[in-house]
Amino acid sequence: MTALAVNVDNIGKKFEIGAARSSNDTLRDALVNVIKSPLKRLQGNAQSNTDDFWALRNISFDVKHGEVIGLVGRNGAGKSTLLKILSRITEPTEGRAVINGRIGSLLEVGTGFHPELTGRENIFLNGAILGMRRTEITRKFDEIVAFAEIEKFLDTPVKRYSSGMYVRLAFAVAAHLEPEILLVDEVLAVGDAAFQKKCLGKMSDVAGEGRTVLFVSHNMTAVQSLCHRAVWLEGGGVREIGSAQKIVQGYLQTAAVSTAEQVWEDPDTAPGDDKVRLQSVRVVPQDGVAFDDINVNTPVDLQFAFHNYQADVELNFSLIIHNLEDVCIMNVVSPPQRFAKGLVNGVCHIPAGLLNDATYRVRLLVVQDTSVALLDAPDILMFEVQDVEREGNWYGKWPGAVRPTLDWTVDYRG
Amino acid sequence: MALTDQLSLDNQVEQQSDMPQTIIRKTTGLAALQLDQVWAFRELLYFLVWRDVKVRYKQTALGIAWIVLQPLIMLGLYYVIFGILLQVPSNGVPYPAFAFAALVPWTYFAGALGRASISLVEGAQLVTKVYFPRLLVPLSAVLAGLVDFAIAFVVLIAVLLSYRIVPGIEILLLPVFLLFGILTALGFSLWLSALNVHYRDIKHLVPFIVQTWWFATPVMYATSIFPESFRWVLALNPMTGVVEGFRWALLGGQYPGAQLPLQLYAISVGISILVLVTGMFFFRSTERTFADIV
Repeated sequence: MTALAVNVDNIGKKFEIGAARSSNDTLRDALVNVIKSPLKRLQGNAQSNTDDFWALRNISFDVKHGEVIGLVGRNGAGKSTLLKILSRITEPTEGRAVINGRIGSLLEVGTGFHPELTGRENIFLNGAILGMRRTEITRKFDEIVAFAEIEKFLDTPVKRYSSGMYVRLAFAVAAHLEPEILLVDEVLAVGDAAFQKKCLGKMSDVAGEGRTVLFVSHNMTAVQSLCHRAVWLEGGGVREIGSAQKIVQGYLQTAAVSTAEQVWEDPDTAPGDDKVRLQSVRVVPQDGVAFDDINVNTPVDLQFAFHNYQADVELNFSLIIHNLEDVCIMNVVSPPQRFAKGLVNGVCHIPAGLLNDATYRVRLLVVQDTSVALLDAPDILMFEVQDVEREGNWYGKWPGAVRPTLDWTVDYRG
Repeated sequence: MALTDQLSLDNQVEQQSDMPQTIIRKTTGLAALQLDQVWAFRELLYFLVWRDVKVRYKQTALGIAWIVLQPLIMLGLYYVIFGILLQVPSNGVPYPAFAFAALVPWTYFAGALGRASISLVEGAQLVTKVYFPRLLVPLSAVLAGLVDFAIAFVVLIAVLLSYRIVPGIEILLLPVFLLFGILTALGFSLWLSALNVHYRDIKHLVPFIVQTWWFATPVMYATSIFPESFRWVLALNPMTGVVEGFRWALLGGQYPGAQLPLQLYAISVGISILVLVTGMFFFRSTERTFADIV
């Protein structure tokens, strides 16, 4: 095979933010990304209506036939825009890309699903939307149904499906797409853990069949295990291209990835050893606030769960919180406690009005007898705390590693 | 063994040469129509139409009953107002037959325009997530209305027969007028749906446009109420050609004097084609920004 599967040559995409403000969905994404990106903090709140925003600039890379390439980067780095350009959904502003082969793109599961239609009908509809021929869908129909595990509900309108069934069906259709070049955007982050595992399995089958795949994901484990190479996008440009292993490591080191939770279904791959093994960690904002909306007034719970494999042991925990500049903000230590063998759940409550606005990385230590660290898991969680609108006339960046709300006593002794 | 190797190698080479090449870059100026792309995606068109129809008729019996009842109720209402109270002349044909023969294609047109003009925005989810020729979106909305039309048409024939009107040989040309109606609906839908992506006010404007258009089209009245020297103005409205064509094809010999002269049909068809062709170019040229704005 001589020709490249994909040749991306100096692609750039510009959005006019002023024009985009009107109403819409895709650009709303773009705007949200702009607002969330750290750029905003440098510029303050100024958002000129005439600003041009380059979502992508000077992007060049090649993909060989049969290669599986991961696209990694923070929200707003331009990954999804790049996939949309390569899928021909939107046009680049400059540069060009050449794609050799039939393209299939999967930017979302269940595109075009209609709630009134039955599972059977939606399989055909969705298949056609994703670019399958009718004969192809008919041929794979049974396989799709079996993969989705919805045999009994095939003739039920999907509006009566549980969300799990819905997602399973949607992914099943998509998973049976067989283009020469597949573009996939973060669709594995759906369904329950067991189904996610199945999806990942399907993805690695696809990769193993020698098809060319471009794969956007925040799941670094998936990128590392599925992809040969990875392209690391940052702020709309290519930061680095290299082996998936190397890129993922570099990317995780900058820890520029928000991690609301991590769950290790398989203890063998979880951090830990034969004494303790992590099972899950989570950032859980309180007061019904969404993870992406955490601000300085949001109380946040840091939850963790691990398997304790020792019979009777005294353990305590330490949560160390760093900011992105690697400054340690605090080390919170729990009192020691005795545990029997089994699963242990822990929560540390961070009150509202303690953290300053910044991005925080969390490191967890499990310590035995207040002296031996059994487990040291750095960068297991990462979350962003946003500023809020303040009263008063001062809008600059609030200085300080923390921003606690403390009691004051001020007397006038005139 | 060597033979199979050779074979698989041949396969690969063949596959290689078969591979379609896609070049992605910014397009400027007038976009090519790429109607071959629409043809390549005909199965998707079929499924989009099928979805619209299926969803509309999901409520089974009652759904179809409404499709039959709606035009009949309208017809009754219009008959009372225009036929009885206002005594609108109908050139010797019983007024209900006269009006219904035009009301059925008009209702199709109005429905198609209404649905198709908002189709791109309603279908934003598709447009922003999958590639396909966007033309399919308004096209499928225009075509989906044909099922309603077919049902109404059966009712129309029943109404005609009840007045002992049997269409003559002219009915053979009816498909031509139907096609004329479809292309007219499509032409205007292309303009309106593409504009609606940029200017959401279009959505609010469409019912008003349709209402005004209805008055300007000889649905409830005959072209013959206007002096002959003035009729070419009516023909500037392509729907005049469509509804008068329907009347001529269905009422045939029993509808004398009111047929448009051929030149007037030519004007109607000409305008319709002009709108369609410009609509396609306009649509294709604005298409490249749909996904960014919708």
